[in-house]
Amino acid sequence: MLEILLDATVRAGTPILFATLGAIINERAGIINLGIEGLMLIGALAGFAATQASGSLLIGVLAAFVAALLAGSIHAFITVPLRGNQIVSGLALTMFGIGITALFGRSMVGLTISGFERVAIPGLSQLPIIGKAFFNQDLLIYFSFLLVVAIGFFFYRTRWGLALRTVGENPAAADTCGVPVTLARFLAVTIGSGIVGIGGAYLSLATTPMWIENMTAGRGWIAVALVIFASWSSYRALAGAYLFGGITAMQLRFQAMGTTVSVHILQMMPYFFTILVLVISTIRLQKGSSQQPENLGQPYDREDRK
Amino acid sequence: MSNLLQIKNIRKTFPGVVALDDVSLSIAPGEIHTLLGENGAGKSTLMNVLTGLYRPDRGDILFDGSPVQLSSPRDSLALGIGMVHQHFMLVPAHTVFENILLALEGVPNLYSRRKYKQRVQQVLDDFALDLDLDAPVWKLSIGAQQWIELIKLLVRDCRLLILDEPTAVLTPQESARLFQVLTKLRDQGKSILFISHKMREVMEISDRVTVLKKGCSLITLARGEYDENRLASLMIGEDQIPMWIKPACKYEELALEIKNLSARNDRGLADLDNFTMKLYRGQILGVAGVAGNGQKALAEVLTGLKEASSGRIFAEGKDITNSTAKNSYIAGIAHIPEDRKSIGIAPDMTVGDNLIMKNFASHAFRRWIFQDRAAIRKNATAKIVQFSIKAGPDDNPVRYLSGGNIQKVIIARELSEKPSVLVALYPTRGLDIGSAEYVHKVVIDGANQGMSTILISEDLDELLKLSDDIVVMFRGRLVGCVNPQTTTREEIGLLMSGEVQI
Repeated sequence: MLEILLDATVRAGTPILFATLGAIINERAGIINLGIEGLMLIGALAGFAATQASGSLLIGVLAAFVAALLAGSIHAFITVPLRGNQIVSGLALTMFGIGITALFGRSMVGLTISGFERVAIPGLSQLPIIGKAFFNQDLLIYFSFLLVVAIGFFFYRTRWGLALRTVGENPAAADTCGVPVTLARFLAVTIGSGIVGIGGAYLSLATTPMWIENMTAGRGWIAVALVIFASWSSYRALAGAYLFGGITAMQLRFQAMGTTVSVHILQMMPYFFTILVLVISTIRLQKGSSQQPENLGQPYDREDRK
Repeated sequence: MSNLLQIKNIRKTFPGVVALDDVSLSIAPGEIHTLLGENGAGKSTLMNVLTGLYRPDRGDILFDGSPVQLSSPRDSLALGIGMVHQHFMLVPAHTVFENILLALEGVPNLYSRRKYKQRVQQVLDDFALDLDLDAPVWKLSIGAQQWIELIKLLVRDCRLLILDEPTAVLTPQESARLFQVLTKLRDQGKSILFISHKMREVMEISDRVTVLKKGCSLITLARGEYDENRLASLMIGEDQIPMWIKPACKYEELALEIKNLSARNDRGLADLDNFTMKLYRGQILGVAGVAGNGQKALAEVLTGLKEASSGRIFAEGKDITNSTAKNSYIAGIAHIPEDRKSIGIAPDMTVGDNLIMKNFASHAFRRWIFQDRAAIRKNATAKIVQFSIKAGPDDNPVRYLSGGNIQKVIIARELSEKPSVLVALYPTRGLDIGSAEYVHKVVIDGANQGMSTILISEDLDELLKLSDDIVVMFRGRLVGCVNPQTTTREEIGLLMSGEVQI
């Protein structure tokens, strides 16, 4: 029972995990990206379409990454060199994502592919309780583990990571140290968006190997909230994503058991917890233990006179 | 002697402002060259051109004899030009080591923490500096942060070091230490471009001085060719300095009493710690201290902008602790805030609107729920004449005014209701000498008419000149009270550094 629940938790949490990681990379560089929901949808459709056409899941994942990266470059272009309003641009990106995937996804509705299969890792998958949930999963889930560690390592152990964090905290300081601020922000937004796209692709290539219009169902917004909950750390993003995965898995379980509680109430739970998490994290932020990049949301203009 | 750096006829404009008109200057290897000028003369703009932050509209820069294009800080750094900015270029949330590491050259992407820590520690040891590399920068004093900025240049092996008013945040003792380090660097053959408007320092450290005025380089003088008077008259030109006579405080009527006041900052640390003092009618009380030792919190608590966590404030016997800004104003406490443009005024509104911001609801400026534009304009015209504000055309937004004139607008507004106490937080910071003298005159005139002033300043000369008494703040506590007639700069300096207490 617990094994099954854990397994469902990891599977439901993974798309949110990818999206949160991508958003963290954006925000660490100082750019708020509210286009996560749209980027996930673009990733989901691009991944499904490419796999459907080529028959290769790897090509599907790559297509999702590239498509979301290109869509993210719109946000990057508006917010970094043009110094536009990050909130407005991000919201526009989400609406663009919803619209364009609905349009181009119409021909994909009803088609099927064979999605990611489970690959057991010898030895580890035999561990009691956690073995099945964490080590008898598909390749994208293993990739997400690697990504969590790689992003943590990048930010805290490499010089580029330090430079990127500095860009988000105080771009002028980074600039006077010779860090190319505009380039760093542009790369963070585009690559971060690409990773968000993989989160979308997980839905259409692994969770349910098909295309359904608006299949992200608000998971992108949960990711936006989780970035704050995770204090901009990739490891805490993992914990946060699985927390939401757990809530989703549990409400599905309840439904399967046939409780008398209305399905709508149960389906509401993840979103209800999003609000709860935001309230708690925001209170924590105000108490001063803030990890928020200091220049989050602020465009950088070198010649701006203060 | 060939020049390390030569700049010729530099011009830089911003929308609506000519910041630099025509500046030429040369710096030799191994000299300390001071750039002297009033605020607004273009010193900082010139520095930002040299560090590649601003691109000049025209003019040539020659480094080592060959022309160079400085289109980004990378270009400047590659040549070995580094700068300690007035607004620190540090990340408060990062550790000292992380801040310095980013400035280091040739660090591979995957670096060995141990190796580079050693290298940074080596530089610290060379200059006998004591800093905890793993401490986050926000925990350090402003003085220590200044050293980190300097170390960022030293680890890079810069050939030309630019320091923009580095002593503004240091105690006299720390400044002396800084000058030792700078002299040592000069003797090693490095060139230093030093910016200051403190005459005492300029006389002490410079090999040559260039005077900048209204965006033009006026003259360059070598040591021996100048004295304080000559430099001052070059810098100020024909500006008139008003005369005034300071009355002695009688210490009769109590205007304000602060008892055991404490307040916390955003990080939960004590900004004000058991602060107690008395202010008498007509008294000018100077508050000295290194910036960031609770001066701002004191001003904000007194004016109702910040809550005290404990303690009491009495204005003429009435308890006004934790009142709102509006009630503090009614109690007769006026405020000249630290940050003119962001707190003192609404930059995009007109002079007239800014002048009535504190009493817009008064019947003098409204008819029922509508503004009385005629009355507002009349008030503006009267105040512009009374305080000789250069306000430009009628509906000119305040942000187009110079710093000195913006300060006059704030003073005109704050004094309009005849306050009993004026809390002035760094009121002359960034002002040219003429405007600073004007502020001094306002304070003295107020004292003559019975207004008390709490004058918070980092300029010891200003405090010694104006105050009846000087109290010194350190980490939110009052560590001493001295008489300006009998004290010395050294005594105040020791109090400021927290080493002694009276």
